[in-house]
Amino acid sequence: MTAGVPLLELRNVSRVFGGGGLFSQRQVVALKDFSFVLDADTPTITAIVGESGSGKTTMARLVLGLELPSSGRVLYQGKDLARLSGREWREFRRGVQAIFQDPFGVYNSFYKVDHVLTTPLRKFGLASSPDEARRLIEQALRAVGLKPEDTLGRYPHQLSGGQRQRTMVARTLLLRPKVIVADEPVSMIDASLRATVLGNLLQLKRQFGISLIYITHDLTTAYQISDRIVVLYHGEVVEEGEPEQIVNHPQHPYTRLLINSIPEPDPDHAWIDETDEHEENDWEVTDAQLDFEQATIAGQQSNSQKQR
Amino acid sequence: MQFPTPRGPFTAVDGVSLQLGSGERLGLIGESGSGKSTLALALMRLIKPPAQIVGGRIVFDGVDLLSLPEDQMRSRRLADIALVTQGAMNSLNPVMRVRHQMIDAMQAHGIHLSKHEWEARLAGLLRSVNLRPDVADLFPHQLSGGMKQRVCIAIAISLRPRVLIADEPTSALDVVVQRRVMQTLRKVQNALGVSVILIGHDMGLMAQFAERVAVMRNGQLVEVAAVRDIFARPQHPYTRLLMDSLPSLRQRGSYEVAPV
Repeated sequence: MTAGVPLLELRNVSRVFGGGGLFSQRQVVALKDFSFVLDADTPTITAIVGESGSGKTTMARLVLGLELPSSGRVLYQGKDLARLSGREWREFRRGVQAIFQDPFGVYNSFYKVDHVLTTPLRKFGLASSPDEARRLIEQALRAVGLKPEDTLGRYPHQLSGGQRQRTMVARTLLLRPKVIVADEPVSMIDASLRATVLGNLLQLKRQFGISLIYITHDLTTAYQISDRIVVLYHGEVVEEGEPEQIVNHPQHPYTRLLINSIPEPDPDHAWIDETDEHEENDWEVTDAQLDFEQATIAGQQSNSQKQR
Repeated sequence: MQFPTPRGPFTAVDGVSLQLGSGERLGLIGESGSGKSTLALALMRLIKPPAQIVGGRIVFDGVDLLSLPEDQMRSRRLADIALVTQGAMNSLNPVMRVRHQMIDAMQAHGIHLSKHEWEARLAGLLRSVNLRPDVADLFPHQLSGGMKQRVCIAIAISLRPRVLIADEPTSALDVVVQRRVMQTLRKVQNALGVSVILIGHDMGLMAQFAERVAVMRNGQLVEVAAVRDIFARPQHPYTRLLMDSLPSLRQRGSYEVAPV
């Protein structure tokens, strides 16, 4: 890797959905002029925080190469994703991994858990023998705090949500990626198990030197684990900085609204009766929702066209 | 409460005794599989066979709901006890305007009004959940998640029930919307003096809403206490675990994972 070249860079990226549709001529800007640099030398955790429809998942899909920008460029180790050769694309596919929100949907319930762990090893030819594959898998599971004997040979429904999500962390570890994009990795996990998964994410950075893009609507977990927070609102960055700065001295009214919305675990803290300084009109919420839904539909249409 | 399984009956709710006062806000906390939602369904007598209630009584105003014939129970649902679930917003009929869904629920309970009276009734209900009256003319897909959930609250309170069970009413919503729905629920609770059972796993929400908190684990009740006591002196180790696992903005935690 050349010194000075960022690991991952988004340069003035915008993603617009719709406009050429059969039913709708309306354009929806899911992400607007978004720039982002991930340093190659120091692993960091960057939290992208925003509500539904803020463009955070679109951003994740762009970074993962699942979506191409309408304008601007996404660069991996200095090379434009849109112009990668077959070999470079494979390297990118291994170097950038994803952990998704739903620890139930990613598993095929007819296969044992082992399947999601052996498949990547096979695809990338990382193990020379079944014994070596077994050894690598056990090592990865132990690293995330799971006992191989309690995990392997089981079906997904026999594991808790937390165990399933930690198995996904173990899967990404097998590939030794450079970046992991985690889209709401703990929002579907029981409160008492969240800490273990958050611990795994921190460990990826500290112990394995992997950078993390942590996408969430929950400012508390972002504050807990990240080095930098980027607040997205309607596809635009409204504020970014260090967690202490963002949480203790928020500049933008939307960031303040996010902070005020968190229910404090303190019965004496008045939360319900307070009124918002940034009271939003319900009709704006509806429009935003409509935009978001249309963007989703448009995205699905363009995807299915690509597949054809 | 038991579910038969190939390996013998599974007890989802095991010997839970709870009392709910008039106008009280009770929080019921526990994680997936702890039996809290099953308990809510049992209170509504919505447990479907083969699952069955094998023992105990559900006494509402001196009447054992379990002994009522089905038609009487049916008329009590919504009128006396109403339920708002996490997925309530998805139970709205997508091809029906909000107006007709609200009227439908009330007509099923024998309320017949003139066109004018319906308008006034619906407008009042929608305003009470902080929605504009013209929301009645919209279809569910035109509403945001928070608005749909508030429509469901409006339907739930349309017959002025005495008890409202809210089963994770906001867990599908993001934080900003969650707060507004909770504010609405609190306002409605205050105005009607209805008793509310709030089910969830977020200790923060419980602290903000409930007067008393009941903690469930593996089908059993492990602790019931006033909310301030729960937060100041959690008795059961599981309650302490729930409290400790809550991330806050006050202090950055340390999450260490020990490799096995």
